[in-house]
Amino acid sequence: MPAHNLPTNSGAKPTLAVFKFSSCDGCQLQLLNLEDELLTLVGAVEIAYFLEARRRVLPPPYDIGLVEGSISTPEEERRIRQVRRDCRYLVSIGACATSGGIQALRNWADVDEFIRCVYPSPEYIKSLETATPIAAHVFVDFELRGCPVNAEQLVELLSALLLGRKPNIPTHSVCIECKRRGYPCVLVTKGEPCLGPITQAGCGALCPRCERACYGCFGPMEQPNIRSLANQLKNEQGRTNREVKLALRQFNGYMEPFKQAGDYYERLEQKET
Amino acid sequence: MSDTTAPLIHKQSFLPKDAMNALVRRLVDEGYTVIGPQVHDGAIMMRPLTTADELAKGVCDEQDGGRYRLTDGDSEMYFDNVVGPDSPKRYFFPPQQKLFTLTIKGERFQVDDTTPKPPKYAFIGIRACELAAIKIQDRVFGIDVDQQTFRCESDQYYRRARQNALFIVVNCTRPAGTCFCVSMETGPEAIDSFDLSLTELREGFIVRTGTEKGVALLGQLPAREATSAELELASMKLRRARDQMGRRLDTRGLKEALDKSMEHPRWDEVADRCLSCANCTMVCPTCFCSTVSDTNDLATGQVTRTRFWESCFTHQFSYTTTGPVRSTIRGRYRHWLCHKLATWWDQFDTSGCVGCGRCITWCPVGIDLTEEATAIREQQTEASDRSGRGFVDEWAE
Repeated sequence: MPAHNLPTNSGAKPTLAVFKFSSCDGCQLQLLNLEDELLTLVGAVEIAYFLEARRRVLPPPYDIGLVEGSISTPEEERRIRQVRRDCRYLVSIGACATSGGIQALRNWADVDEFIRCVYPSPEYIKSLETATPIAAHVFVDFELRGCPVNAEQLVELLSALLLGRKPNIPTHSVCIECKRRGYPCVLVTKGEPCLGPITQAGCGALCPRCERACYGCFGPMEQPNIRSLANQLKNEQGRTNREVKLALRQFNGYMEPFKQAGDYYERLEQKET
Repeated sequence: MSDTTAPLIHKQSFLPKDAMNALVRRLVDEGYTVIGPQVHDGAIMMRPLTTADELAKGVCDEQDGGRYRLTDGDSEMYFDNVVGPDSPKRYFFPPQQKLFTLTIKGERFQVDDTTPKPPKYAFIGIRACELAAIKIQDRVFGIDVDQQTFRCESDQYYRRARQNALFIVVNCTRPAGTCFCVSMETGPEAIDSFDLSLTELREGFIVRTGTEKGVALLGQLPAREATSAELELASMKLRRARDQMGRRLDTRGLKEALDKSMEHPRWDEVADRCLSCANCTMVCPTCFCSTVSDTNDLATGQVTRTRFWESCFTHQFSYTTTGPVRSTIRGRYRHWLCHKLATWWDQFDTSGCVGCGRCITWCPVGIDLTEEATAIREQQTEASDRSGRGFVDEWAE
C-alpha cells in the first residue's frame, strides 16, 4: 500500500513546493529543523521546489504548495497568482502568510515616509501600501498559524494531506495546552498580561512554560472574547488602552478580530489624550 | 477503600510532625508513586515526590476570582494551603493518553490496544473535596458498581489506577477564598473513602484510619494515643474552618431553577465575560470530557489514536456536519453550568460540583460559579422572549 492517498499528476510521489514571499524564512527553517521526520518526509514526497533547501527545481505543476510570507510588493502580487495556478493544494504557513505578519504593522503607517527614512535611494523601492495575507489574494486550502509555525503541526498537516484526511489542528485556546501539560496560569498566579485565553493553541504553550505571558503569535482562537480579557487587563492589572492595543497589534495584528479590536483600543487611547 | 468494620478503623491517634518523613519513605519503599502538594512556578501542584522535604511546607495560598498567590505561612505547617489547579484527575484520567495503534499487516490491520499499566499511586495531602470528586468520577468512568445510574463504559486505565491507589487525606483547617465545600457537603473534613486522614496541628497530626491498609501503614509509624486536648483542638480547628468558607452556594431548589432557566437574561451577562478558554473545565476535578485524534506515521503507515482532555467550551466539542451545535459562548457557558449543577443529577445521581472553587480561582476573568448560580436561582423571571441577542457589532463605538 502506498504511503499516501493523494492522487498525483504523474502517478509517482506527490510533489512538494515551498515558496517564500515577504518573510524571515523562519517557517521554512521549521521544515528543515524537523530532523527525525525530515528523511521520512523526503521519502514520502518529491521536493520539487524549495530554494532554501536545494538548488534543483522541477517544473510545475506541484501537488502541495507551502507558502511563507505576506504579499508586500507588486511583484509578489503577480507571483502568488502564478503559484496558485501551479499548485493543487496551497497552504499558507506562518503569521506573515496568514495575517500579513509583523510587516503588516505598516498598514497603520505611512509607507512612503518609512522608505524615505530608511533607504538612501528610495526610488528603487517598489512596495505596496500594505502587507496582506495570502488569502487576501488567492484561495488557500488551509492556513497553518504561528510565528514560526510549529514543527509538529507541520508534520501533522503534511501527513494528513498525503493520506487525504482532515488535519488535527485545534482552534481552541492556548489555555487548554497549558492545563493539559500542567503549567500554572501566569495570568492568575502572577498577573501577567497573557493573551493565551484569546489565542489559538498549537505552540505547545511555549511561553507560559517559561513562566511568561503568551503574546498571541498563533493569532486569534475561535470566537475570542477580546473585550472581556482586555477589561481584565485594564481593571485588574491596571494596563492602559495603549498597552492593550500594542498587545493585540503584534505578529497577527492585522488578522481579524485582533485588527478591529486593536483599532478600537487605539480610538479609546486617542480619546484619552 | 472497602467499608470494613475492624475495631481499629476510625480510631484516632497522634502522629508527631517528624513522622512525615518516615511516612513518605515507607510509601516509597512499598513501591508507591507518591503524589503530594509541592510548589512549582508559583502554585501548589500535585506532583510525584520521594521525600517529605518536597512538600509545600510553610506555604499559604491566597485565592479569589481569577487570582492566586502564594505567601509565606507558618513554617511548621505542611498543609496550610488548599487545592491548586491540579487534582488526582490528572493521574487517573491522564490529559493525553494513547488508546491504540493500527499497523497494516498484509491485507489486515493489526491492533495493539494494550492498556498501559498505571503506577501504584499514593496521594498524600488530597482534600475531602477531592475525595468527593473521585467518588463522582468513579460513577462517570463506570467503576462504582453499587449504583444504578452509570451509563459509560468502564475505563480500564482509570479502574486500575483508582483501585490500587492509597489516599492520605488532609482535613482542611484553613479554607481558601474560593472554597465552598460546606455548601456542597463534601468537606472540610473527610468522613470516609480514605486510608488515613490527617488533621494538622502545630506539633503533629491527629490521624484517623479508614481502611485495613491505613491501619497497617500507621502501625509502622511512631503514632501514640491522642490526648483529649489534642482531639479537642483538632475538632475546634475543623469547626472554625467550616465557618471560614470563602464562598457559599444555597443548593435548595437549584436544580429545578436551572432546569427552567434556558432563556434567563443572566446567561447574556455572563457570556459577555466568559472567554470560552476552558480553564474551568480543565481544573475541575469532576469534568471528564475527552476527544480522540488519529495520526498516521509517514514512514511506517502506523495509525495512533490518542485521547486528550477536551472541553465543552470548544467548537470542536459539539461539532457536527453543519458546525458546532453550541455556537455561542452563552450556549456553552449555560451548558456547562447546567450540567455541573443540574443535569449531572439526572445522569449520575449526584451533583457535578464538589465546592473546591478551582473554576473560580483559575478563571482568568474570575467568573464565580456560586454568584452565577445564585443569580439564576434568585432572579426567577418570566422566560425572556429573546433567545440570545442576535448579531451585535462588537467593536462599534
